[in-house]
Amino acid sequence: MLNSFMQMRLKGLVILAVIILILPLFMSNPFHYDMATQIAIIAATVVGLNLLVGYAGQISLGHAGFFGIGAYFSAVMTSNYDWPPLPTLLLAAALVGVIAWIVGRPILKLKGHYLSMATLAVGFIIAIIINNEGWITGGPDGMPVPSFSVFGWELSSFNQYSFLGMEVNGYKAWYFFAGLLLLLAVWVAQNIIDSPIGRALRSVHGSEVAARVVGVDTARYKSLVFVISAVYASLMGSFYAHFTGFITPHIASFEHSIVLITMVVLGGMASTFGVILGAAVLKLLPQVLADFQELEMMMFGLILMLTMIFMPKGLLPTAQKLLKKKMSRKKVEEQA
Amino acid sequence: MSKKLLRRAGFLAATLAAGIFAGAQAAQPIKIGSFLSVTGPASFLGDPELKTLEMYVERINEAGGVLGRPLQLIHYDDAGDASAARNFASRLVRSDRVDIIVGGSTTGTTMAAVPLIEQARTPFISLAGAVVITDPVKPWVFKTPQSDRAAAQRVLQDMKDRGITRIGLISGTDGFGRSGREQTLAVAPEMGIEVVADVTYSPSDTDMTAQLTRIRNTPGVQAVFNFGFGQSPAIVTRNYAQLGIDLPFYQSHGVASDRFLELVGRAGEGLRLPASPLLVPDSLPDTDPQKRVVQAYKSAYEQRWNTQVSTFGGYAFDGLMLAVEAIERAGSTDREAVRKALESIQGYVGVTGVFNMSPTDHNGVGPESFRILEVRNGQWHLIQ
Repeated sequence: MLNSFMQMRLKGLVILAVIILILPLFMSNPFHYDMATQIAIIAATVVGLNLLVGYAGQISLGHAGFFGIGAYFSAVMTSNYDWPPLPTLLLAAALVGVIAWIVGRPILKLKGHYLSMATLAVGFIIAIIINNEGWITGGPDGMPVPSFSVFGWELSSFNQYSFLGMEVNGYKAWYFFAGLLLLLAVWVAQNIIDSPIGRALRSVHGSEVAARVVGVDTARYKSLVFVISAVYASLMGSFYAHFTGFITPHIASFEHSIVLITMVVLGGMASTFGVILGAAVLKLLPQVLADFQELEMMMFGLILMLTMIFMPKGLLPTAQKLLKKKMSRKKVEEQA
Repeated sequence: MSKKLLRRAGFLAATLAAGIFAGAQAAQPIKIGSFLSVTGPASFLGDPELKTLEMYVERINEAGGVLGRPLQLIHYDDAGDASAARNFASRLVRSDRVDIIVGGSTTGTTMAAVPLIEQARTPFISLAGAVVITDPVKPWVFKTPQSDRAAAQRVLQDMKDRGITRIGLISGTDGFGRSGREQTLAVAPEMGIEVVADVTYSPSDTDMTAQLTRIRNTPGVQAVFNFGFGQSPAIVTRNYAQLGIDLPFYQSHGVASDRFLELVGRAGEGLRLPASPLLVPDSLPDTDPQKRVVQAYKSAYEQRWNTQVSTFGGYAFDGLMLAVEAIERAGSTDREAVRKALESIQGYVGVTGVFNMSPTDHNGVGPESFRILEVRNGQWHLIQ
């Protein structure tokens, strides 16, 4: 049983790794790599958010705020105070973890969706601070961010690198780096899901009262997973800032929080690989629809609406269900 | 049935192939890339800009193109979102491989794209206002609108001409107002003007009476200057009239449009602002070199689109014309040559002003290109 569980977990990771390795065959220019890198970073954020939404059944409407703190902390410290990027990014994550804990701990003792309201407020406060403290954050017009570097080794999408005797372009290097980040994010998330914490969380999602009756400290587990998902957002926010090279307060805005939640719901709540698909679809749609000009927004809304109506469980779970149905029908036919 | 379909498909493929071959034989088009805020909160900027670009690319192509090659406009709508702007800029330089970019409706969208465009080494003419875009000078980035610093200088100059030395400043906390406030505070001491009151409002505020009262109660204030964008300056103007403040009142170039006149109605009487000559093309003196250009652009735009011309479209006109001028001077679309040519443009008469670019000035228009207009009887009136 445990063995098959491990295999299932590994299978997903291997498939994802293969997809990341094969994808470059279909990418013909640096712009494709650019988009793929961003998708990987945002997908990793959403994998973290999914732990909270999909497994603990709590909704955070301020996740972009945590993403924004990570991004801005990294940006401000590395550009204004010359801090090294890696420790800065970790410190930002720790800071966000503490903030999330302070916000989540008292609220998550309550039953119901109070966390949404609290995170909504926190998200707004973060966005307002970033907008108003222009002397340090550049205000509404945003600020540039230096490239990511570790021990003097700089990762910039415009550099050239030689790796094992191969010449690798900077944008490809970033793509594989982001792919690695995504794999790591998924691996950690799956370990959490399949651990006692994960089981406790699912019991909370199912019925909080029942979970409490069997002795699950629901408040503790809920705040734990809230902190974890906020740390995910902060880390990925930092990487996103270093990658794109310029950030504006928009990344910490309420709209961005909604986009992140939409990725979870669209892809399939409680499906780690589903939410990655959700992130990819939502990131790519604006580019695909760009040629439709003024119809873009209408088509975007229509696609979201139709998916929600006909695939209420999200893209991947629905597809899996259809596939399973077909397979079982085939089996039945074969037997008959 | 299927045969018919097959035949149709074959026919389609044949025409497509023919089209591709024909295209290959003609001269390679010069690709002009653009990302604009055509929808969203900044659509009042992006919409006239796109219309202007489309219209003049058509016109130039009808007249034979540039260097014997047709222009091809590739444009995306960033909806005012900075990260979308960055992604579309990435698409323009990496996927579409454009020769030059004319776009970026707001300072936010422009600055988000700048690091990428700089590294991709593609000439970029921005249509946004703030001084940070070209100060410090970035090798590949140019812009056509006068900076907010120039607007502040022009307003303070007009105040000085009227003998005003102590002013109250009221500004919005959005990007435009904030940058404008900083620039005003920075240039005021240089011009011998003291800002004795400095208050701000949020763009979502619906009443600015409190802030204006504070300015009125500051001793020694001789004039009030509002640096803001969107609806708020209209509210400030109406509150100003309601409070009956009897001091000269100035607005920034951010509201220099006929729409603003409609919004403020009678409350706007007597206020002054720095503006593009596009608002008063017919009152310009005949000796003004811009008069002809401005009149031609205005009538062409209004004829083609059947709506009123806007200052912001003028920025796009100048951006496109500067790009064309630079490509012609460079004699090719070689990026470094075009960049150098852009830097060397002198005395180019545009809608916004007369452009004098240099390696140390990538904007090329100063405060003198602003005209000071006063509202009289609900109409713009040029102050000579």
